[in-house]
Amino acid sequence: MANAIAPRIPAQAGIQLKEKSMLINYLKLSLKILGRRKFFTFVSLFGIGFTLLVLTLAAAILDHIFSSYPPETRGDRTLVVDNVRMQGKDSMSTGPGGYALYDRYMRGIPGVERMSILSQPETVISYWKGARLKSLIKRTDADFFRILDFEFIEGGPFGEADVSEARFVAVINETTRAKFFGAGPALGQAIEADGQTFKVVGVVPDVPIFRLMATGDIYVPTTTAKSDEYKARLRGGFFALFLLRDKGAVESVQQEFKVRLGKIDLPPQFDRIYAVPETFFASFARLFIGDFQAEDAGGRLLAILLTAAALFMILPAVNLVNLNVSRALERASEIGVRRAFGASASDLLLQFLFENVVLSVVGGLLALVSSAALLALLNRSDLVPYAHFSLNWRIAAWGFAFALAFGVISGVWPAWRLSRLTPIQALAGGVK
Amino acid sequence: MSVPMIRLDNVEKVYRTDRIETVALSGVNLDIEEGEFVSIMGPSGCGKSTLMHLMGLLDAPSKGTISLGGAAVTDASDKALARLRNESIGFVFQSFHLIPDLSVLDNVEIPLLYRKAGASERRKAAEAALERVGLSARKHHFPSQLSGGQQQRVAIARAIVGKPRVLLADEPTGNLDSQMGDEIMAILQDLNTREKTTLVMVTHDPRQAEKTARTIRMFDGRRVN
Repeated sequence: MANAIAPRIPAQAGIQLKEKSMLINYLKLSLKILGRRKFFTFVSLFGIGFTLLVLTLAAAILDHIFSSYPPETRGDRTLVVDNVRMQGKDSMSTGPGGYALYDRYMRGIPGVERMSILSQPETVISYWKGARLKSLIKRTDADFFRILDFEFIEGGPFGEADVSEARFVAVINETTRAKFFGAGPALGQAIEADGQTFKVVGVVPDVPIFRLMATGDIYVPTTTAKSDEYKARLRGGFFALFLLRDKGAVESVQQEFKVRLGKIDLPPQFDRIYAVPETFFASFARLFIGDFQAEDAGGRLLAILLTAAALFMILPAVNLVNLNVSRALERASEIGVRRAFGASASDLLLQFLFENVVLSVVGGLLALVSSAALLALLNRSDLVPYAHFSLNWRIAAWGFAFALAFGVISGVWPAWRLSRLTPIQALAGGVK
Repeated sequence: MSVPMIRLDNVEKVYRTDRIETVALSGVNLDIEEGEFVSIMGPSGCGKSTLMHLMGLLDAPSKGTISLGGAAVTDASDKALARLRNESIGFVFQSFHLIPDLSVLDNVEIPLLYRKAGASERRKAAEAALERVGLSARKHHFPSQLSGGQQQRVAIARAIVGKPRVLLADEPTGNLDSQMGDEIMAILQDLNTREKTTLVMVTHDPRQAEKTARTIRMFDGRRVN
């Protein structure tokens, strides 16, 4: 409708503004209002920022534990056995399997490309140039370095001949190299661990402690163990890694593993043995849930993690919504004034949208910067050995999108409701 | 014969809740000519403010027609009404209704913001409006730092910054002492005489009503004179 009264200064006269300049106006207005309402701004920023910070930190840690990360780059077709339970009428024995269980009964499972038997990491002491050094030693075989994808910094892995002939050779990680040799190379040099002397044949990067299968400071052939006793044990001290030809073979390998378990001659006090080869994630999940025979432990852990994340986000989200709704209602009179002086419902929506987007973006940026800083601090500290936490941009983006959605919906929705009222109803405080 | 600036034709306003129906205005006919200064008087609850809100397109009548400059506006869209309010009508409220988070200057600029005026143009016009009401020195203050009279002067500056042809004032002196009230009235009279702004003022104060050219009396939602 054209204006019924010819205005003295028509809306379209004077200096015409482009839409872009209108947006700048809204941005300036948002900053002014947020700057003036310092407490509300602080509480909102803290709510958004802190929630995102915790979420991104948790995601970074979980990512570090579960995601494909060298040397566990073939996680989709690698199965691990880290727990075995033997049960009898009056006896039960639970823990890592024994060397014999894997060596005697599990070699040559159809669908398995390679199998490696590796010991639990064990703390050993070295006396080196007057210093007492503590390291985690892992005794394993040549296939260990073929299943896991170590990027050698120096030299290479030990081979089958080294294992079968029990040669005292070792692959060490970067930290161990630094402890023994400082900044210099280690290849060909000798190190002493637990009273044994090994010649370094390779140096690999540090593997975070969470990667239980791959982590270690010193990797040596199993056959260099001080006694052969381990070779006869069904339970104790060893894990097994299976590299499948194809990731579709998981079920058939698990089935064959189960069949073979049934054929094991168990010690007289036991009548059952239980173990299952599973993915790194499922194996961790079983450990985390604490239910050794849980079906689909991975799925359950994922559900727990997602529920925890959702619960963690719901509380601040509800608070933020509450804060935004009451703040919008508090501004009913402002909405009425703006309506009275010519703002249309869409003008007001745009203004409130800007305010909430600005708030959420600033909160999100604060969270990202503080997460990155905290992760860098964690990496530098010795709190988590060999940790290389990094920001998971996908999770950060999702968290940010949620914060934005909650902020915008909770800020704009009540404003939209108020903008639908007549100006006089809004001026009266939003009473219809 | 000239077209009245504001015409109300058999206007009725009924407020309905789930249980109660309140007739605020009934069968009101009224013409206000361009450049007139009209006061509306009557006891509390007689429908004075409702009448003024309808004239200012802040609310819609339940029945009847409202015309501005000869064109009926009763069925206009939200956007069209917003534009009419922005270009042609200014409001002064009894309780000022300034936005506490914005400075005096930013408050005065509000109508121009929706006229898509440039920042420097807005600033210049707002400063001129504040000059007009004698508050230039307070332009960077916030409403809470001003007295009631000063706040009402800011509200007047906001109402006139867009040079509207109609100014509607709802008990503009109601919250002020008599001296402040006289000052506000002087500004309104000046706007009416110098700029020929059509002025409609709701008041309880017969002394202020006497200063206007015509007084419309209301009782129980009806016009009684």
